[in-house]
Amino acid sequence: MQRIGDARWVRYSLISAAVAFSALFLLLPLVAIFAQAFASGWSTFIANVTEHYTLAAIGLTVLVTILTIPVNLAFGVALAWLVTRFAFPGRRLLQTLIDIPFAISPVVAGLVYLMLYGRNGWIGGWLDSHDIQLMFAWPGILMVTIFVTSPFVARELIPLMQAQGSREEEAAVTLGAKGFTLFRRVTLPNIRWALLYGVILTNARAVGEFGAVSVVSGAIRGETNTLPLHVQLLYQDYNTVGAFASAALLALIALFTLAAKALLEWRVSRQEVAA
Amino acid sequence: MIVPAFLRRTTLSLALATGVGAGMAMPAMAEERELLNSSYDIARELFATINPAFKEHWQAEHGDTLTIKQSHGGSSAQARAILQGLKADVVTYNQVTDVQVLADAGLVAEDWQSQLPNNASPYYSTTAFLVRKDNPKGIHSWEDLAADGVEIVFPNPKTSGNGRYTYLAAWGAAEQQFNGDEEKIQDFMRDFLGNVKVFDTGGRGATTTFIERGIGDVLISFESEVNNIRQEYGSDDYEVIVPPVDILAEFPVAVVEDSAERNGNLDIAEDYLTFLYTEEAQRILANFNYRVHDETVTTEFSDQFPETELFRVEDVFGSWDDAMQTHFASGGMLDQLQRR
Amino acid sequence: MSALSFRLPWQSQQRVLPGFGLSLGISLTFVSLVLLLPLTGLVGELKGMSLSQYWAIITEPRVVASYVTTISGAAVAAVINAAFGLLLAWVLVRYDFPGKRLLDALMDLPFALPTAVAGITLATLYSSNGWMGQLLEPLGWKVSYSWVGIALAMAFTSIPFVVRTVQPVLEDLPAEVDEAAMALGARDGVAFRRVILPHLWPALVTGTGLAFVRSLGEFGAVIFIAGNMPYETEITSLMIFVKLQEYDYAGASAIASIVLAVSLLLLLAINLWQGRFIRRLHGGR
Repeated sequence: MQRIGDARWVRYSLISAAVAFSALFLLLPLVAIFAQAFASGWSTFIANVTEHYTLAAIGLTVLVTILTIPVNLAFGVALAWLVTRFAFPGRRLLQTLIDIPFAISPVVAGLVYLMLYGRNGWIGGWLDSHDIQLMFAWPGILMVTIFVTSPFVARELIPLMQAQGSREEEAAVTLGAKGFTLFRRVTLPNIRWALLYGVILTNARAVGEFGAVSVVSGAIRGETNTLPLHVQLLYQDYNTVGAFASAALLALIALFTLAAKALLEWRVSRQEVAA
Repeated sequence: MIVPAFLRRTTLSLALATGVGAGMAMPAMAEERELLNSSYDIARELFATINPAFKEHWQAEHGDTLTIKQSHGGSSAQARAILQGLKADVVTYNQVTDVQVLADAGLVAEDWQSQLPNNASPYYSTTAFLVRKDNPKGIHSWEDLAADGVEIVFPNPKTSGNGRYTYLAAWGAAEQQFNGDEEKIQDFMRDFLGNVKVFDTGGRGATTTFIERGIGDVLISFESEVNNIRQEYGSDDYEVIVPPVDILAEFPVAVVEDSAERNGNLDIAEDYLTFLYTEEAQRILANFNYRVHDETVTTEFSDQFPETELFRVEDVFGSWDDAMQTHFASGGMLDQLQRR
Repeated sequence: MSALSFRLPWQSQQRVLPGFGLSLGISLTFVSLVLLLPLTGLVGELKGMSLSQYWAIITEPRVVASYVTTISGAAVAAVINAAFGLLLAWVLVRYDFPGKRLLDALMDLPFALPTAVAGITLATLYSSNGWMGQLLEPLGWKVSYSWVGIALAMAFTSIPFVVRTVQPVLEDLPAEVDEAAMALGARDGVAFRRVILPHLWPALVTGTGLAFVRSLGEFGAVIFIAGNMPYETEITSLMIFVKLQEYDYAGASAIASIVLAVSLLLLLAINLWQGRFIRRLHGGR
């Protein structure tokens, strides 16, 4: 049976349009970044990315990302389940509130956290008098990263779960399915790709976030300097090659999730074949 | 358990919070100590060179092993971080106003400018022009920049201290030229600002615009910066011009007493700043194209720094506060000059 | 888990599905602690100023000019992203071709790159001596340091929103939907418009709306390519940044509150529209 857009000429022209657009719009900048990263050769690139402060920045960025993903995953799934499976007053408002991080400029996002938890904020004042340092230390970076990336998982799930409706789950409940079993056996298989896209976006954005982090980081080299901040610092200091080497590394870290997704796809399809 | 370096500090501060208390400055035997220097964004390599020299100096005198941590960013963003609780021991900025903000908040001594020589500015610079090879537009002074057909690149005075210096330098030069005739000065400034092609938010962006995009006939920045750029991008393609009348750009330093005391670092912090005035440090500074006060070093490097008549912001504009209020506040002179 | 479900006053009938209490608890805790609590900082700054001061700040001519620049740039970017985002999602889901994985991977690139790197790179490519600029400038297209550059940078940083929102919905669409249409002999264009597009609307509009809103707040990527000339190519985020440089938190908060309010209203409108749309699609409920 033929599907829409399967005609050979349609397929070819759409694919070429998509490839051409991506090549010009997305691939070209990537090539430009790698070209600059390798401008002084492979060994300089290696020297740049294995430099002490770069390694520390990579470590911090990876740590923050790894902690961010599960938090936002749990929140995203809970929220999507809530707003797509139940009707209650204030549902649309709640759904809009989770978009606050998109609606607010990242620098302002960092700033509002600073105004609350910084020394002059009402929580920050208490923290300061007890010598607890959240801002200008890694917990602060983690907090704003969670803030900035919090809508992604929910945002991916909501349109899909809305489109799917809840008939399958309701049927399963009538058959006696309960709680997490219901979620794992009925819902999860239906939403796994959207969930994965949510994680991919969360990961990419957590790795690359600059604006909000720059406000709360304090930019102490080797301690609170994330990889994007490191890029900025090297660039400011006329170390263009070093800056772009770190930028290339960020692109690679983001691609890493895509590799994980490909692996998962492959395993799932093998399971399905086996079944 | 192995604790990564970036975790250790917070774990420690949390542990302290449980009761040990923070006021434990007891320099007894040789120990390992940490100092945090909050600095401006283009000073990374400068302090990466100065810090090892200071460490050696401190170890020779006190036996302690020092770790000097650096934090770099736009100077007013750096000051904001300290206001909100970043525990830096010393600040080394390129804007007097940014240290003053800390003093107004009580984090830095009120009389910080008189605590160290030369208004607490161990080195200084001025603004200079970077022009393309052979100076095709014949630019030698501020006056030339207002001429028709000259394209200028410098950072936005609203977002960059560097840009503010350029604006004030042009104004000061015009004031001298027109004997304080306000109308003529404003006409000059309007022409000058009208020649700006791109307003980047910072000095680095302006450099990229001028060098890599090939936009503009002249780039204006700190003299130190302009020389670094010329060394970085090829000394044959560009020339540095220092105008005959120019502004004195101070690089103020101060101890952040509040946090240095809490960190038990007052002694190192004070010595660190004093060290910047030693011949050894001044030579390093001069190598990075900053003008210094040490006479031996000044003589050594005299070829590098052309003679020019430098005026202080205070002499022309009253005070930094007045200059900021009159010229850069919303609705101030800059806004009026740029109005369509 | 079921033990956690509690009855609320307005709850008339027993809910069929489990997990209401748990998901409500998690969501409300998170929304209040992570999203709303920090906003009190913003409100605190605004409380200190009078209404006329507030009005004076947000209607300053230069700031108003920046609204125009920002909104028109974001609108152009949103249109580009809607068209190409849909195309990319379609191609990635429906077709197999060499290099598909790479193409898929490329989609997230704009999020992973720090915005400043994106801005610098785009400005390099599209300035008169860059790879693209050399080709476009002779045709009279000036991209860097003009509003075109602003729109371009905004489109770049926000395209993942559209692609990644449409993609899962398209993947989930059963094959029967379009097979049925094809069986009835509809042509591709008509079948797509009549059969596929209705299913994609909510995702496409959401994705485009998010992209638009993200563009309104974008800073890092834009300032390097914008030129930042007063009244012409200054964006609203730059105005906020300027206020911060002056230690004018109240002024910064005032302008930020405008961007925030506009963005939230827009998103609320999309959500309301979407709710109605879905209900219609499912035959009312």
